[in-house]
Amino acid sequence: MPNSENTNLKKTGLYKDNIQTRRRIAALFQYFCALVTWTGVFLLALLLYQVSVDGIQWLDMQFLSSFPSRFPYKAGIKSALVGTFWLITLIAIISIPVGVATALYLHEFSRKGRIHKLIQLNISNLAGVPSIVYGIIGLTIFVRGLALERSLISGALTMSLLILPVIIIASREAIQAVPMSTRHAAFALGATRWQTAWAHVLPTAFPGILTGVILALSRAIGETAPLIMIGALTYVAFLPEGPMDSFTALPIQIFNWVSRPQEEFHELAAGAIIVLLAVLLIMNATAIYIRHKTEQKLK
Amino acid sequence: MNPQTTPEASDSENPISIPENSVLDLQKVSISYSGNPAVNGVSFPIAEHKITSIIGPSGCGKSTLLRSLNRMNDFVDGVTLDGQILYMGQDLYGNDIDPVALRRRIGMVFQKPNPFPKSIYKNVAWGPSINGYIGSMDELVEQSLVQAALWEEVKDRLHESALGLSGGQQQRLCIARALAMSPDILLMDEPCSALDPISTAHIEDLLFELKSNYTIVIVTHNMQQASRASDYTAFLELGNLIEFGTTRQIFTVPQQKRTEEYVTGRFG
Repeated sequence: MPNSENTNLKKTGLYKDNIQTRRRIAALFQYFCALVTWTGVFLLALLLYQVSVDGIQWLDMQFLSSFPSRFPYKAGIKSALVGTFWLITLIAIISIPVGVATALYLHEFSRKGRIHKLIQLNISNLAGVPSIVYGIIGLTIFVRGLALERSLISGALTMSLLILPVIIIASREAIQAVPMSTRHAAFALGATRWQTAWAHVLPTAFPGILTGVILALSRAIGETAPLIMIGALTYVAFLPEGPMDSFTALPIQIFNWVSRPQEEFHELAAGAIIVLLAVLLIMNATAIYIRHKTEQKLK
Repeated sequence: MNPQTTPEASDSENPISIPENSVLDLQKVSISYSGNPAVNGVSFPIAEHKITSIIGPSGCGKSTLLRSLNRMNDFVDGVTLDGQILYMGQDLYGNDIDPVALRRRIGMVFQKPNPFPKSIYKNVAWGPSINGYIGSMDELVEQSLVQAALWEEVKDRLHESALGLSGGQQQRLCIARALAMSPDILLMDEPCSALDPISTAHIEDLLFELKSNYTIVIVTHNMQQASRASDYTAFLELGNLIEFGTTRQIFTVPQQKRTEEYVTGRFG
């Protein structure tokens, strides 16, 4: 069918017949894109396979329910897993309200002057600051300055600082994508800025905000450097009972195990990595499910 | 229908017919965007329970002027307004006016239908509910949709998304939403420009119905619409008010040559 069109075009004499070349370039580019994609997927799969082969043998209830030990067959990740749950919950409680409120303020309420631009620029820059730097800030401000010691809350505050720029930027994008006409409709009914933002801007932007939040929390769950910097413990044989307790987390436990000489501990680390990935996967899946639900409702 | 009109010499170039009861009074209103003038010293009244149309070629400042009547221009950076707009004797831009409370009294329907991405019911109910309406919401929603001539078409799917309606239905929903607040004045910014002729006819019929209870200001590109639907007409060109009078006057015996040329379709 396209061929008959081509011959028609050729007959006009106005166009050089370059359809073959253009098709070839298009095909080439398509293969290139596919190759790049599948290379990434393949490498990732390889990594997962390697980790699974090493770690799967250690993965059992004993592994999940034991404290770390210097004997590999007795060692487990109970304290690290619980620490990670504590940490991620605290981070979410701190960073989501602060991040979303900041984005909302910047886009809906503040005057768009020079200071506004400066703040925007700085937030974008902060997203690129290495995590170890946030660790140093956390150590100075939270651990020492506010004397919160090496506690869960110190870790959570530090991590919140680290992921705030990501949450703010993602939320701002989502809020910006809400059509102005929606806001005008609300204003014309005598709504205040807050009523407009709460009833229309936030619900419409929610799926986008959620995506940003999940990306940010996923980053936080895997970060090691800031936690090491603020001095999260590597050997914890008890469970934290409140935000002021000291703690360990999965990435710290993994880091500790891979830095030991014995081969068994390396395999334990692989096991812990599988658990970490599973936690991540469950988090993301939940988020995608919620986002899907809310998007359905908006349609 | 044809109120007493007296030519007034407030501006010697523009003889103005003054309606008896004006709810809004524009007095030498000038609006500029970051220093660029969009409206220059426009004065005319808006009559109560009448339809006033603002006509003129694209870019003449008619939308800008309309948006200044419920302070929607506040959301545009760099807009400044000189002169006065009196709403029942009070300066709309005075320090004691709360724009939020004002917009509750002066509603607006926009050029493109902009329903909220929510159900039909919630679209109508949201305005009254945030403003603390304590009557029966179901009744108010029904009554507003009936007024907007949409009830029969949507009564069986009130809780479905408003985005599933056709363009014309969406626009009538937006009108219902504005009416639910029982505003003193309803501003309409080319409400039919995105609609097909049948939907347009629906909305024009609606205007006649609404006139007995509401004061309506409508910006329109459509000469027939202005001449059919409105009682008073203001003709703007390049930000200047060329002529204001009863619609009959403007369309049959315009005082200004530019008005005559525009309404007879010789330019614009």
